[in-house]
Amino acid sequence: MSSLQSNYEKYHTHISSKHKWFDLKLKEVWQYKDLIWLFTKRSFVITYKQTVLGPAWLFINPILTSLIYTFVFGGIAKMSTDGLPQIVFYLTSTAIWTYFAGCVNKNATTFTANAGVFGKVYFPRLTMPISNVLGSLIQFGIQFILVLGVLTYFVITGEVHPNWWAFSLIPLVLVHLGMMGMGFGIIVSSMTTKYRDLTVLITFGVQLWMYATPIVYPLSQLGEGTLKTLLMINPVTMPVEVFRYAVLGQGTINYLFLAISWIFTLLVLVFGIMIFNKVERTFMDTV
Amino acid sequence: MSDNKNDIAIKVSGVKKMYKLGQIGGGTLQADLQSWWARVRGKEDPNSKIGEGERSHGKTFMALNGIDLTIYQGEAVGIIGSNGAGKSTLLKLLSKVTAPTEGEIDIYGRIASMLEVGTGFNPEMTGRENVYLNGAILGMTKAEIDAKMEDIIEFSEVRDFIDTPVKRYSSGMFVKLAFSVAAHLDSEIMIMDEVLAVGDMAFQKKCLTKMREAAKEDGRTVLYVSHNMNTIRQLCDRCIVLDKGKVIFEGGVEEAIEIYLGDIKEKLMHNDFTKREHDPWITADIKILYLDVLNNSNNIQFGEKFEFSLEYECNKSIKNLCFRITVLKPDRTPVGTTTSTSFECTEGETYKRSFVLDTTQIAPGDYIFQIVAFEPDNIGNQIRHDYVPKAVAFSIYNKDQLHNFVWDSRSWGFHVMPELKEIK
Repeated sequence: MSSLQSNYEKYHTHISSKHKWFDLKLKEVWQYKDLIWLFTKRSFVITYKQTVLGPAWLFINPILTSLIYTFVFGGIAKMSTDGLPQIVFYLTSTAIWTYFAGCVNKNATTFTANAGVFGKVYFPRLTMPISNVLGSLIQFGIQFILVLGVLTYFVITGEVHPNWWAFSLIPLVLVHLGMMGMGFGIIVSSMTTKYRDLTVLITFGVQLWMYATPIVYPLSQLGEGTLKTLLMINPVTMPVEVFRYAVLGQGTINYLFLAISWIFTLLVLVFGIMIFNKVERTFMDTV
Repeated sequence: MSDNKNDIAIKVSGVKKMYKLGQIGGGTLQADLQSWWARVRGKEDPNSKIGEGERSHGKTFMALNGIDLTIYQGEAVGIIGSNGAGKSTLLKLLSKVTAPTEGEIDIYGRIASMLEVGTGFNPEMTGRENVYLNGAILGMTKAEIDAKMEDIIEFSEVRDFIDTPVKRYSSGMFVKLAFSVAAHLDSEIMIMDEVLAVGDMAFQKKCLTKMREAAKEDGRTVLYVSHNMNTIRQLCDRCIVLDKGKVIFEGGVEEAIEIYLGDIKEKLMHNDFTKREHDPWITADIKILYLDVLNNSNNIQFGEKFEFSLEYECNKSIKNLCFRITVLKPDRTPVGTTTSTSFECTEGETYKRSFVLDTTQIAPGDYIFQIVAFEPDNIGNQIRHDYVPKAVAFSIYNKDQLHNFVWDSRSWGFHVMPELKEIK
């Protein structure tokens, strides 16, 4: 009883009609860390329950995609891969792009897809996007094992020379892309509560974005000029190149644009969380 | 209840919640851009309906229209009101599902809200997995859930199925498990919206007991919304009646229920039934016209008998016409029934008879009664000739309280039995 009495005093929540824009409520999210993990686990369990191949799909997807790219871009269009074996080039690129695209796409429907739960019980809504990023991260981890396997073969044959020291930068790249993807995703999801059109647009948009990013071709392919500068402005370009620099030993890193991309990412994320928190308050009334 | 400021669990001040009527936003970006472009050029909005001016933009609905409430620690408070009164909106605001348009809410303590049973349950996952997920959604950490797991499974009565996906559960099992999780939260305030409507009687009883214990013994605060007045009676010690987004009553449970049910027929000495429509299941061969109270008023003293006269019209000759009177609480809980002797009546005649209803054993309180005019036929059926659902309202009061006790209908019932006598 006495502990209960003190708990009444300990926990105080103030709900007001006025919204504090700069309160990101990250402390509360941390208190719900177990929930984030459970959400991540749930999405995995559900995706592969009652499928014949189960988690094997995690391998099948990138292999098929890479084979198609090898055939279309490498075979038919005869695009350069910086002299790297095509299959390992596309496999690497696909892995990192799938991760980023996953962060954007999954989060773009946060509100609409979870309206049922959100409408009935409160928990920090940010747990959902964060768990989506974690899910994509795990998916990436599994694909990366595949990449490493193929890579080992080409390292032994001497066709690829990775920059092993730069592998330590990969976690940084993942954090970078994860934050950017989540930032974009939650901005879109905040807007889809009102405009459903964006859900259709985003899947298409992310696809287009891939072609504006050096994924199926290396940045070096573009030479010097406006086109290259434009591509470098694309905030995803630099992290992708850093990743490729590490794994494949080939990549064009420009520290200025890398810094710009980081600043951009932080802005998108903070702005995203602010707008997300704002929408979260009343989205149930409009969704 | 206490006036001590430190005992407050929830304080709601000046809360309003506005909803926009009609389709919100139009749903497409194109329509909104179109409207915006039209406004920029000073043209007419192509998306506004014909005949609606600019004011239609301001068409809103106040689901809550200025709520002020204080709920104290350890109280079990019921919230009642008709559909659309704002009960669920209030609970949604309290459980932070949506934010108020105006006003402030202060909550002291953690809230466990169950606006719906099994929110976040995933059909593909097993009962145990769902307990973890649901517990975490409700704000428990994994360690806390681990510690309570045994209690939760025990209470839920679904131990044998705990490692089976919940999609194979019956709806009853589902509810039991979901309730168990919520009931075992370490929260100071519990919010429940009609969740007990499901589950079998035994489990419902168990839940009510658990919640009552939570309030009475553990000192937790319970907020309960239901349309089931019996569960409100069992659980709550205070009630709030909402109507059209406002608090219209705050206080005792019985009084609140009476106000909510709105069945408090005005206590009239002269009751006129001539202007009413007949139910299809009566023959209308008898038409009850008036009821006049013959006592000095509709408030009678405990021990007094209720006397009235009944005027009725006979449209078909009936040999043995009887009247049946059922005394009800204003929420239509029946208290007792009595039948008159039989009368003969001739077609076209109007009769006026006086009756005395022995109310000496009815407990003090407010009552109404209904009248059925019927005729027993040869094969043991009753032919119902007329029915007045709310014939008259009356109160029984007692000047000298029964052994100085105020009669508590909730625990003592509506029937004052004759004195307990010693056998000599």
